[in-house]
Amino acid sequence: MPGADGVAIFVGFAQALREAGAGVTADRTQAFVEAVSVLGADRRRDVYWAGRATLCAEPDDVATYDKVFAAWFSPEDPRLRTRSQPPPRVVVQAGLEDADEGGTGSGDDQQVAMIASRTETLRHRDVASLSTSERAAVARMFEGLDVRVPLRRSPRRTPHRRGDLDPTRTLRDQLRRAGEPGPLRFRAPRRRPRRVVLLVDVSGSMSAYADSLLRLAHRLVSASPRQVEVFTLGTRLTRVTAAMRLRDAEDALAAAGATVPDWSGGTRLGEVLRAFVDRWGQRGMARGAVVVIASDGWERGDPVLLGDQVQRLQRLAYRVLWANPHRGRPGYAPVQGGIAAVHPHLDALVAGHSLAAFQALLDEVGR
Amino acid sequence: MKQPRSSDELVADLDQVGYLADEGLGTIAYLALAMQRPLLLEGEPGTGKTALAEALAAAYAVPLIRLQCYEGIDATQALYDWDFPRQILHLRTVEATADLAEVDADAVEQSLFDERFLLARPILRALREAPAVLLVDEIDRADDEFEAFLLEVLSTNQVTIPELGTVRATVPPIVVLTSNRTRELHDALKRRCLYHWIEHPGLAREVEIVRTRMPEVSQRLAEQVVGVVQELRTRGDLLKPPGVAETLDWTAALDRLGRDTLDLETAAATVGAVCKYREDIDRVRESLSSMLA
Repeated sequence: MPGADGVAIFVGFAQALREAGAGVTADRTQAFVEAVSVLGADRRRDVYWAGRATLCAEPDDVATYDKVFAAWFSPEDPRLRTRSQPPPRVVVQAGLEDADEGGTGSGDDQQVAMIASRTETLRHRDVASLSTSERAAVARMFEGLDVRVPLRRSPRRTPHRRGDLDPTRTLRDQLRRAGEPGPLRFRAPRRRPRRVVLLVDVSGSMSAYADSLLRLAHRLVSASPRQVEVFTLGTRLTRVTAAMRLRDAEDALAAAGATVPDWSGGTRLGEVLRAFVDRWGQRGMARGAVVVIASDGWERGDPVLLGDQVQRLQRLAYRVLWANPHRGRPGYAPVQGGIAAVHPHLDALVAGHSLAAFQALLDEVGR
Repeated sequence: MKQPRSSDELVADLDQVGYLADEGLGTIAYLALAMQRPLLLEGEPGTGKTALAEALAAAYAVPLIRLQCYEGIDATQALYDWDFPRQILHLRTVEATADLAEVDADAVEQSLFDERFLLARPILRALREAPAVLLVDEIDRADDEFEAFLLEVLSTNQVTIPELGTVRATVPPIVVLTSNRTRELHDALKRRCLYHWIEHPGLAREVEIVRTRMPEVSQRLAEQVVGVVQELRTRGDLLKPPGVAETLDWTAALDRLGRDTLDLETAAATVGAVCKYREDIDRVRESLSSMLA
């Protein structure tokens, strides 16, 4: 075991790593100190690998780890270095401040009450055209959306009135009667929730809808926490499932805002979708899943690439749905480059601009 | 079982059985043995995650027990199950042969839950046969509930069978878990394990791997094949970049055809050993001539 001073250095390192954003917990720190004591602390590379094995939990952690390690175990005085070390955690504005402040002023309350009586009208309004207080009212109405999780037949079987013969249960029943034959027992395939993957476009052209779409994602995640995955698409792909699992919608949106680095930026839809299919989809996440892409389909890059990627997705997934806010406008036709390229590969192209449209989307997902 | 005293010794032991581990993997595998913690390996398919477990078993001459995970796997497939048909048969036999007045019901019941009717599944076998290497392959395919169950067994190294009693491992088995990251594993399980992300090897090391696995292949062929595969991996337009397993397959295919250098014609004919998608094969065939020039 390293001496008390030594332990302090290693524990300090683990804390610096936590500051920098890696998920370091007390038991991980303990495992790290134990690992260092097994290997001995005299060689830098041993300490490096001991920490990498115990303090990192996924490949994304490794880059952070390398940076903090280099700073902490540099020949200079660590205390001088680390003050500037934790990288700046830029919290990008998530566009929900408006919604937060909506109900605070007493003058607004009356207005909100009036709006609540017009719920039905609000349900059909385009979310991009809402005022601040209306938006707050709509945000509360997401709770009322009816979520049906899609089901699939599992290979496992479960007791059922009809179906095929269940030898184990039949025999077990007989065993209970000391071998006397009795009624036959049956079993049928079990139904389990199907995976749903939501890919939400958060680029500049979608910024008016991104907030609502993430609220919708949160509603779905809270209905089926282990089977729904959420990603944001912008100039890069960001996984926000962990943020969406927070119970409170406002917390979840704030956490997502802190995770997503490219809020209201540009889009490279084709490339980002390819990153999704390569890194997640093909490995299994999209297999047999219901994939929902929420985007206006404005592609600055090559629409052919976008079409190819959606075709790949469609071959992997059970169903591919596209929610396009512009679909809800009168006179809309899918003729723009991006959406025209993907249209042949979609199972459904639905609207995604109002609460009623979101309900229609949820019904389509749960089908 | 022999215990390695340092990570270098472990790397040397693995080298003996034909597995070339780099410094990072060697250190982490050594830590897993020394700290008796499970080793969680992630990485691209074909980077040698499963092969490490096989090599550990071979290097320390202990049995390798493999548990392949799939959706819906549960304790009866991972731990143990009772052989119901044989139990029924046993009851019938007792009924047919014994004088019913003399049969002791308790004793018959006892005899039903006997060792011979117990079907030991991989985890129970690993605990009983320890020292052993327990490979839990593709844990990300199993359900969350199974992960929690696995966590319980791994942290106590014992299993309780209500009818028989508790089975405890005399020596904890070496546990290797692999995952392809199709879903995020539970943090509780990750915290219990030592984590390592396996990268694709560099050019020199991959040539070394091919030469170690297939000493009969010429150095020149190995270098050519690895050169092409490494280029395919970096170009980024393939749906599924080839792993080390594909390199070995391709080299074996060329060797079987009696080639000792890689020529354009044979390469085009055997490209199916490296790429498994039609689009990839077309792309690779187009660019083979420039890569082999």
